[in-house]
Amino acid sequence: MKKASILMILGPLFLLGLYIFPLWSIMLGAPQYPDPLGLNIHISGLRGVNEFDIQNIDGLNHYIGMQTLPKPEDMWEFGTFPMIIGIMVALGVLIGILGYLNKVSYKWFFGWFILMSILGILGMYDFNEWMIDYGTNLDPNAIMKLTNPDGTPMTYKPPLLGHVKMLNFDVTSMPSTGAWLMFLGMMLTLAAGYFGWKKTKNQ
Amino acid sequence: MKIHNYLTITIGAALMLVSCGQQNQSSNGALSSSAAEKVYVAPGEQDEFYAFLSGGYSGNLTVYGLPSGRMFKEIPVFSQFPTSGYGYSEETKPMLTTSHGFVPWDDAHHPDISQTNGELDGRWIFINGNNTPRIARISLSTFETEEIIEVPNSAGNHSSSFITENTEYVVAGTRFSVPIPQRDMPINEYKSNFKGSLSFISVDPENGHMDLKFQLLMPGFNYDLSHPGRGKSHGWFFFTTYNTEEAHTLQEVNSSQNDKDFIAAVNWKKIEEYVNNGGGTKMPANYAHNVYDESTHMATTTMKKEVLTVDPLKVPGAVFFLPTPKSPHGCDVDPTGQYIIGNGKLSADLTIHSFDKMIAAIEGEKFDGEAYGIPILKFEDILAGQVKSGGLGPLHTEFDGKGNAYTTFFISSEVVKWKLGTWEVIDRKPTYYSVGHLMIPGGNSRKPFGKYVVAMNKITKDRYLPTGPEMEHSAQIYDISGEKMELIYDFPTHGEPHYAAGCPAELLAPKSKKIYRLDENKHPYAVTSPTGSKVVREGNEVHIYMSTIRSHFTPDNIEGVKVGDKVYFHITNHEQDFDVPHGFAILGQNTSELLIMPGQTKTSVWEPKQVGVWPFYCTDFCSALHQEMQGYVRVSPANSNIELKWSLGE
Repeated sequence: MKKASILMILGPLFLLGLYIFPLWSIMLGAPQYPDPLGLNIHISGLRGVNEFDIQNIDGLNHYIGMQTLPKPEDMWEFGTFPMIIGIMVALGVLIGILGYLNKVSYKWFFGWFILMSILGILGMYDFNEWMIDYGTNLDPNAIMKLTNPDGTPMTYKPPLLGHVKMLNFDVTSMPSTGAWLMFLGMMLTLAAGYFGWKKTKNQ
Repeated sequence: MKIHNYLTITIGAALMLVSCGQQNQSSNGALSSSAAEKVYVAPGEQDEFYAFLSGGYSGNLTVYGLPSGRMFKEIPVFSQFPTSGYGYSEETKPMLTTSHGFVPWDDAHHPDISQTNGELDGRWIFINGNNTPRIARISLSTFETEEIIEVPNSAGNHSSSFITENTEYVVAGTRFSVPIPQRDMPINEYKSNFKGSLSFISVDPENGHMDLKFQLLMPGFNYDLSHPGRGKSHGWFFFTTYNTEEAHTLQEVNSSQNDKDFIAAVNWKKIEEYVNNGGGTKMPANYAHNVYDESTHMATTTMKKEVLTVDPLKVPGAVFFLPTPKSPHGCDVDPTGQYIIGNGKLSADLTIHSFDKMIAAIEGEKFDGEAYGIPILKFEDILAGQVKSGGLGPLHTEFDGKGNAYTTFFISSEVVKWKLGTWEVIDRKPTYYSVGHLMIPGGNSRKPFGKYVVAMNKITKDRYLPTGPEMEHSAQIYDISGEKMELIYDFPTHGEPHYAAGCPAELLAPKSKKIYRLDENKHPYAVTSPTGSKVVREGNEVHIYMSTIRSHFTPDNIEGVKVGDKVYFHITNHEQDFDVPHGFAILGQNTSELLIMPGQTKTSVWEPKQVGVWPFYCTDFCSALHQEMQGYVRVSPANSNIELKWSLGE
């Protein structure tokens, strides 16, 4: 149980990477942008991959009537997410310590993992909802109002994951360093639960 | 049947000729590729070298890629440039100020890239204005002219702008000797009354700012070209001279009488020491020093009133004359600093002086008389060797860093490759036609990049489709990576390139600026926030603080301007994206358009002469809505009471 608990203490600490590294990144490349424009999504706000990318993405998107990208104060998520991550890290480390001291069982390890997974899925759902709004809630006075071949207005929701061709841009959306560290940390807690279960079963 | 046989024989002979030709080609190496492959830079790929070719009478500097010969940019230096508004905008007019007033043109000759320890460092490139003597410094991160200093007491600023091994000085010599100080006197009293000035302009290692440190007042010869010593000869500077006859008329005959002219060897370190210890004579002068500030996007002129002159006789051991045959033109120093090459333009031969022998002769005080008190060394004592080229009219020499030198021959139209030390000719290739300078990237530094040589020709004639009597000059690229040179490309140039300077692309490309930061813009009339636009009247001056972003001007409707007003459009480009300039032009403007880079502010003055509503628009195709990027100024009669107002989207 000691080895499992150490994993349980370490795992949540990987989530601290989210305070430094972006969770997700969306890259926009086009022939006239050999150095693609990029958006890094941090838990505390949006940042350009290069310094002026946000300004330049907004500049391009205003032609098709998209809203400007939100500032940290424009979305409650950017205030709440850092708190949730902080609480989850503290909680996970606490469970690990209690496990080390044999105060709680491995089931708490799984419990933390499941809670984190639910929060993660909710976060992705929320993120997707924002992208739908960002890509479809267009200014009726947009300079360029484009339609699909079937006559419906064209929308510009970036993909949650993967690549989409959007007008002249190749849009690629991928988890970034922060997400990979989180994934690694969560896998460690899952392993902690597994080793804890195996140890208990063998006793 | 006989005809058939004859044909067979002829075809056979032709095949033999073809196969002989192929054999010759394969002697260059089994893998030798075609010339087309060597110069082809595929779409989306980039060149290996930058080449900066002077524009001669265009007054500017052009930037090319090697080996493709593609032109990337024309950098305005000494000439007004309506394309960007250089010399027309209020900010850049002071760049062309001189003691003779506004001089909007010059003859730009010899670019030289800054060096550290004798190697190209890619900070700045310097170039001389020949006609109204000036030296310019161009930034190699913005590729814009940042500074121009006028050179007093000079005339025909030709043996310029060559820099010392650590960019301590950019050196400017006079081609025409003149009365110093200038005064009213008979021309035929030239001899022993006129003087030639050699100016040492110090370069601040931090910001590149130039300052005329001292001027050496030499005998009244013509100082034609120069180059610094390097390595062992660092601390010396060498100038070719002609017209040591001191003729003042029909020079083409009268200046060509002496069998030998001189290379003047100047120990500038010694003179620097003399000057630093309080030596030299301050002389009243009047010359302009123009500096462009990247943060204010603005140039200012300071008139300087004094120059420190040095009489060479007051600094013993600082200046010597090296006899050099036949009105030498180019003065080149090899990468080791050992050989000083005089290209005797009226002869077939090159004269090579040995630096070591020169020092020995000086130390042994073996002089062959003197000229105006300056010791003349014995030709035989300092001679390292002569290249018996078989060509005619050698002008300039560059080096490949592998022990070879390449010399242009104007009269016989060729480049000749020869070996340093043995003086044997290795190869010769014709040029088309009448080559002047040649350039190997870094070819006049301690570390040349000996892959290509660019020959800059004076005559183009039949190389391209004809375009009437006037045409651009032609440059040619030779591959010099093998034992034999190979002509691989022709390309037209702009103006008349005299000299050029080149460097590896990786020295400059990574640090080339993409935008100017708006948050660092210190222009007094800049609008740095979208709400900062305004229009202010001060008497009959109207200042319009205007901003641009894709794709509108703020403001775009202005009323209350009157005939007789002087309207300043101060335009700030709010873009912070690479390659999104906006332009500005208004109907009836008596200057050029403006081309404003992202984050930059430029100002154009408009003096409306007619009542009406006059449009202005963006001249740079900036976006899909570029055509919509426009606005109006209402101009009312001089005595009207229309209130000043401005708006966007109302």
